[in-house]
Amino acid sequence: MIVGSQKPIEEIWEMVRDFKKVLVFGCNTCVAICHAGGEKEAETIASLIRMRAQQEGKEMVVDHLGVMRHCEPEYFDPVMDEVRKYDLILSTACGVGVNFLSDRTGSVPVYPGINTSFYGAVEAPGSFVELCAGCGNCILHMTGGICPIARCSKTLMNGPCGGTNDGKCEVSKDIDCAWYLIVERMKQLGTLEKLSEVLPPRNWSTSRDGGPRRVSLEHIRAYEAQEGQDSGTAGGMK
Amino acid sequence: MKSGSNLERVIASGKPAVTAELGPPMSADGHEVRKKAGLLKGFCDAANVTDCQTAVVRISSIAAAAIALQEGLEPVMQMTCRDRNRIAMQADLLGGAALGLKNCLCIAGDHQSFSAAGRLKGHPGAKNVYDVDTCQLVGILKKMRDEGKQEGGDPLEAAPKFFIGASWTPMADPVDFRPVNLMKKVNAGADFIQTQGIYDIEGFRSQMEKIRKMGLHERTAILGGIIVPKSAMMLKYMDSSVAGVSVPKSLIDRMNKAKAAAGEDKKKARELQEQEGIKITIELIHQVLETPGVKGVHIQAIEWESAIEGIVKAAGLYPRPTFD
Repeated sequence: MIVGSQKPIEEIWEMVRDFKKVLVFGCNTCVAICHAGGEKEAETIASLIRMRAQQEGKEMVVDHLGVMRHCEPEYFDPVMDEVRKYDLILSTACGVGVNFLSDRTGSVPVYPGINTSFYGAVEAPGSFVELCAGCGNCILHMTGGICPIARCSKTLMNGPCGGTNDGKCEVSKDIDCAWYLIVERMKQLGTLEKLSEVLPPRNWSTSRDGGPRRVSLEHIRAYEAQEGQDSGTAGGMK
Repeated sequence: MKSGSNLERVIASGKPAVTAELGPPMSADGHEVRKKAGLLKGFCDAANVTDCQTAVVRISSIAAAAIALQEGLEPVMQMTCRDRNRIAMQADLLGGAALGLKNCLCIAGDHQSFSAAGRLKGHPGAKNVYDVDTCQLVGILKKMRDEGKQEGGDPLEAAPKFFIGASWTPMADPVDFRPVNLMKKVNAGADFIQTQGIYDIEGFRSQMEKIRKMGLHERTAILGGIIVPKSAMMLKYMDSSVAGVSVPKSLIDRMNKAKAAAGEDKKKARELQEQEGIKITIELIHQVLETPGVKGVHIQAIEWESAIEGIVKAAGLYPRPTFD
């Protein structure tokens, strides 16, 4: 899932202070699970803004709302007429949601209410960890299921650097060395010899470096077109 | 000869090679580089010119190496994978070769958060590159030199003829994987290897035994790393905080004893510790060179280049071989 984290209220206030009618718009999927931007958190942020506005003697209407997802129109289309009545939408969805919504709100700006942190998992209640970098060319079968791109501070592909100390990364004692984990895991799996091969320079064009990416499933698009139901869900605005 | 560098010639001659280190200054003044080059010239076969070591901005390795070369000291230019993508790397390699540089050490580089172990501000918010890693960079140099091709496949009219080096930390975690780590660098094309500083000679020898069984010592020239200790505090810091470095208690005790012998006299305490540090260095050089499979030593006197002359002479490694 996409993990987000709350922005300091001071930063949010600086964004919203000059608007009269603000909607804090929550997203109830990924960012709700990590307690950053679901409807519940949107409600809290709205209250904090109202309190701040009162303290500063500003007249401001601040409401909140939540939908299941900001990244598929079918979830927010039903409320869009309502949403467009505000001066500012403070979306507490991830950056995908903010971008996607912003393309569809005409003259109303959409600002980010949270920081989008990473693709991660719930390690323990309240603890989230980054495990994938979305590089577009998965090699986890070669590294014991542990990603050196997301989890090595130097994205090294051919083994650890000289900075591994007691199984930890040179960056911090709180960070596991990904290559230490990879070696130990592959020993356990009996596949350590796979690491003897030198992996050549990677083609990063499948990653962010190739520009914004798009996945297009032609058979789905063709089917939707035939059904006359093309809802335009496969990417950005057409 | 792959490069014809002095370092390559010394190694080919079978005599133990000596490399040293020249740290460029945080300054636009090249005189510091010339001064350091003057201290090292004649006492080593080549000197590594570090590439923004400890993730702190200094005169670039290539520029400082070119200055060292003007001063008659053969440099080993260093290239970290931290700061350049493969386009910049290859452009700089061509430039380095055009300036007359013949040795290049490929390293991952300290992470940008390192900032001289927190002693300087550094640039912890910098974006690191790591387009390629050390093994891959070694492979790129080899491809450029031996096939006359860029990584992407385009031809090079004149190939850069580098003697290719890589670093190796024999005793860092995961220790049992480190020989494989070295093998990968050798398979990628590393002609010489400089190791992390060695104090735990038994640990190093046990790793070298594995290296000999793999035959790697015959496919690359391993130069054992020696970091000249300056004080008991430095040894303790390296033991506790530097990855892959463990310092036997006996060495720390020796330094503490040297410090204590000076009583309250701080200047004398420093001098006595430096003297003891040089003694320890000379012993380590002999122990490393006596280890089968080792082809030389890489002596790092960090911000203490003036110590190299005395060390090399006392270790019986002077004069250095010369060639026509």
